[in-house]
Amino acid sequence: MTNIPETGRTPRVQIRLVVIQILVLSLLGTLGGRLWYLQIRNGDEYAKEASGNHVQQVVSPAVRGSILDARGVPIADNETRLVVSASRTDLMKMKDDGDAVLTKLAAVLGMKTSDVLDKVRLCDSKTPQPCWNGSPYQPIPITDEATPKQALQIRERAEDFPGITAEPQAVRRYAAPGGANTAQVLGYLSPVTDEEITKAEHTDSPYLRSDQVGRSGLERQYDKELRGKAGVTRYEVDNLGRVIGQAESDKAQPGANVVTSIDSRVQRVAEYELNEAMKDARKEHDRNTGVNYKADSGAVVVMENATGRVVSMASNPSYDPNAWVGGISGKDYTRLTGKESNYPLLNRAIQGQSAPGSVFKVISTAAAIKAGYSFNGPYQCGASYSIGGQVFKNFESKGYGPISLGRALEVSCDTVFYSLAHEQWKKDGGIKPKKDAKDWFYRTAHQFGLGKETGIDLPNEVTGRVPDRRWKQDYWKANKDAWCKYGKKGGSYAQQIAYENCLEGNRMRAGDSVNYSIGQGDTLVTPIQMATIYGAIANGGTLYDPTVGKAIISADGRNVQEIKPRSHGRLPMSKQTRDEIDGALEGVATRGSAAWRFGGWPQDEIPMHAKTGTAEVYGKQTTSWFTTYTKEYTVVMTISQGGTGSGASAPAVRKIYNALYGVSEDGEIDRRKALLPTPQKSLPKIGKDGSIDAPKVGVYPPKDEEQATGEVQQQVAYEGPAATVPASGTATDRAARRRSARPGNPKNPKKGRRSLV
Amino acid sequence: MTGAHGFSVSGYGPERAGWTRLFARDSLARRLDWPILFSALALSFIGAALVYSATRNRTELNQGDPYYFLFRHLLNTGIGFALMIGTVWLGHRTLRTAVPILYGISVLLVLLVLTPLGATINGAHAWIVIGGGFSLQPSEFVKITIILGMAMLLAARVDAGDKPHPDHRTVLQALGLAVVPILVVLLMPDLGSVMVMVIIVLGVLLASGASNRWIFGLIGTGALGAVAVWQLKILDEYQINRFAAFANPELDPAGVGYNTNQARIAIGSGGLFGTGLGKGSQTTGQFVPEQQTDFVFTVAGEELGFVGAGLILVLLGVVLWRACRIARETTELYGTIVAAGIIAWFAFQSFENVGMTLGIMPVAGLPLPFVSYGGSSMFAVWVAVGLLQSIRVQRPMSA
Repeated sequence: MTNIPETGRTPRVQIRLVVIQILVLSLLGTLGGRLWYLQIRNGDEYAKEASGNHVQQVVSPAVRGSILDARGVPIADNETRLVVSASRTDLMKMKDDGDAVLTKLAAVLGMKTSDVLDKVRLCDSKTPQPCWNGSPYQPIPITDEATPKQALQIRERAEDFPGITAEPQAVRRYAAPGGANTAQVLGYLSPVTDEEITKAEHTDSPYLRSDQVGRSGLERQYDKELRGKAGVTRYEVDNLGRVIGQAESDKAQPGANVVTSIDSRVQRVAEYELNEAMKDARKEHDRNTGVNYKADSGAVVVMENATGRVVSMASNPSYDPNAWVGGISGKDYTRLTGKESNYPLLNRAIQGQSAPGSVFKVISTAAAIKAGYSFNGPYQCGASYSIGGQVFKNFESKGYGPISLGRALEVSCDTVFYSLAHEQWKKDGGIKPKKDAKDWFYRTAHQFGLGKETGIDLPNEVTGRVPDRRWKQDYWKANKDAWCKYGKKGGSYAQQIAYENCLEGNRMRAGDSVNYSIGQGDTLVTPIQMATIYGAIANGGTLYDPTVGKAIISADGRNVQEIKPRSHGRLPMSKQTRDEIDGALEGVATRGSAAWRFGGWPQDEIPMHAKTGTAEVYGKQTTSWFTTYTKEYTVVMTISQGGTGSGASAPAVRKIYNALYGVSEDGEIDRRKALLPTPQKSLPKIGKDGSIDAPKVGVYPPKDEEQATGEVQQQVAYEGPAATVPASGTATDRAARRRSARPGNPKNPKKGRRSLV
Repeated sequence: MTGAHGFSVSGYGPERAGWTRLFARDSLARRLDWPILFSALALSFIGAALVYSATRNRTELNQGDPYYFLFRHLLNTGIGFALMIGTVWLGHRTLRTAVPILYGISVLLVLLVLTPLGATINGAHAWIVIGGGFSLQPSEFVKITIILGMAMLLAARVDAGDKPHPDHRTVLQALGLAVVPILVVLLMPDLGSVMVMVIIVLGVLLASGASNRWIFGLIGTGALGAVAVWQLKILDEYQINRFAAFANPELDPAGVGYNTNQARIAIGSGGLFGTGLGKGSQTTGQFVPEQQTDFVFTVAGEELGFVGAGLILVLLGVVLWRACRIARETTELYGTIVAAGIIAWFAFQSFENVGMTLGIMPVAGLPLPFVSYGGSSMFAVWVAVGLLQSIRVQRPMSA
């Protein structure tokens, strides 16, 4: 090759040239190193960022599944409404703030221009309703009742209506078939919160910003199943958001339908009769307080004995769940939850607790047998029982002399249970318990499932309370400071009680035990607990977790997932004891405390069992309890401040049975009129296209009867206590006028002696 | 073309005489630096592919013709190639005599930019619109004439054998020659070009053998000048923001830091082999601005990956490496200085351009030699290649 010539240049230049070369190479080396760092070491990270960059997601929400009754009648479903909305951001960009567009829109919608303008203005302290109090960046709904023609007019002339959209939106509908509104069982939806979105972000069912979330009842319990999965279409876009390709898409999966064991017809009867019973109770004079019964709240549960499935569950006062649809107004919200309301959002069947009164005596009976007493006795049923000078009266019955435990149940003799409980209390060491105290009466109550949730598939069930020694200790610890401060020897009655509680509120006193044995005092139970227990007695001893949901059926009907009955234990009694108690409860209906309410009942065909209860509530009127069962069903009704069990609740309960079995007032059975003589076994059929073959729900009460009672049936079904809510009005008025409740658990009742609130 | 022995190679038929002559010992073809030529051509063609990929979807730029930029890039390459041949043909020594004229023309053109004939493109008032969709960026040519002019002054007395190194007076003259166009370019303001020119001046002074005091003095002045520019607010807002975004890229990812962020995402997402030409989502989605010109390296990074982008660096390395050899091997100081000036120019401009896409240098509007779309830049770098070739070809033979 060529010779390298002598350059003849100075070493200075030569050295500098080498320096330049080294510099140049190190610069290139730096670039190479950096390139490796970005592409090889952190390449994955940047690749992720790049894909986030160029992919836009378009989310199409899934249609929420329906909630069906046992025969397939939708009690919560969706309807499509044409919603016309205006984007304030777009309107404000126009010279006249969109006035011209809104005027045109008003003409199309047949509304007054001023009304439309008012709807899009933002609320502030000086602006009266109507005005928009949501985010100004959100489309503001002008109407959700646009006709298809109006929507077409708007959409076809989009250039005339900039910023206006007319789109069909699926809106939740609570259809109240036949007037059964089932409000508290269904629950309601409200928009998802930021917190929930963040929390569910990486789960298998993330939320969309537009999602509605079940807040209570079935809507909440089965929210995940009902919600389905939103469809996501991913588009590749360029830097200006122009679509340059479709990446992938997941189709929306409509939410599954939840089939419940609720029978809308029976539900309607239960709601109606509960309301009637409460209205009737308000006409009754209460001798103890000198005023009519307030009957401020009540609940009824109809349950299948063999499965624990809930056929109907009503809570009064009630409300129209449609008030929540499309966002509840502040006014409605206050009416449903404010202090002035009677908390209609509460499901009193699972969230109302009160002392059980004599319906508790089946537990005491079982406890007595456990403690070694014979069923037949005999035991002295005196008019009263005294302990150290303190007299405990036989509240519900008179003295019957020596009787068996069965007879004591039938006539609801308190004193028999007083003496047994007192004996046991003494045996356990009295006020200073022995180490191995048996505490039969308390232990048995726990074994019956009291003091804890039944496990029903509805949220926020309350536990009730068994006031055993441990509870007494805990409760005293929590309250003794207040008691000791307020208590005063020889003061007022309340002060005297507080004084005693301060001294020995942590001790199980003889009186506590005696009161407890007849379901009075600090014991608290819920209607659903009682239904579970009486259902168990009826079915031979299995305590089922009550269920409302019966099956989850996919939207196309192909995937059926049955919710099987589950038990949480057996009653702590032998078969013989069960049979004896069963006989006694039948006796209650035929010759005991409820017999006067079951005159003419076809006892041979449909053996009726019952127990009445009247619970004392400090500072209030008595709570009426009525627990009953037949071979198929258990029906439990309670009315707070409603009077006695047989007095206030029994007629309504009988009417529910009449409807179930097709029994007329005078005891004739007409099978054709029977709504549900045996529990609904089969599930409703859902077609591939999502269609549901649902039967019609008739009117209750039947027309002629309705006229006789002079009631407009629909209103009655929704109304709360007539004493506090004037009847009538349009649907919206109805929702608005409702009084109502804090969602969730009631706070710890003061002194544990509150009734159904 | 001094080869006296060129005709005597036996074994070749007469019909091959042309080829033989061309490749004979000491012939022009033998003396050409082929690695530089191949690398430069390869870079230009890779550039053509990248420019095509970056512009085929940019309908607002390419007037609906996806091949518009590809074609023009190839055309520019062709013109550049012809300019190189012309330069070699004329020879850098011949050009040496024309330097004062060339220098004068280039300074005039730069001054023209400041007249109403000048146009602002991408915030830099650095263009002269010729018409017919063509525009000229005189600062690119000034880079060459600064190198040539300074080399002429600095090497004159050394090459004549009067002195081993240029004296202070000569250095001062040479600096004066460079400062005039640099100041004009600074007024445009085309800060990127100013930085390149300052580095060129530094390279030229280094290679000229000027005393160390000048070297350090220049570096010190450069630093002071930077502070002055900052303090006197000669820079436009956007230029200050670029530096701010460089210092803290997360500052404003939608605004100032957007370019660098998107550029880094594009390159980073390429991985080892890239997405394949035309398949990069960042490129197809036009997330990186100015991708056919200043940010062309991001296309390589995303679509060709570490392998392809690395190849570009290697090719640039070959050009620079060979240029260094040329600078060291030529006997005339003039050739050495010119080569060193070109090395400083190519090296810094490549480093700045690639460095800004990699996020290790602040953003400045500088093209990547050979690869970026842009006629003026393409012509200038090919002329520079021609100068390098000429220096190599025309170096005196031993013996």
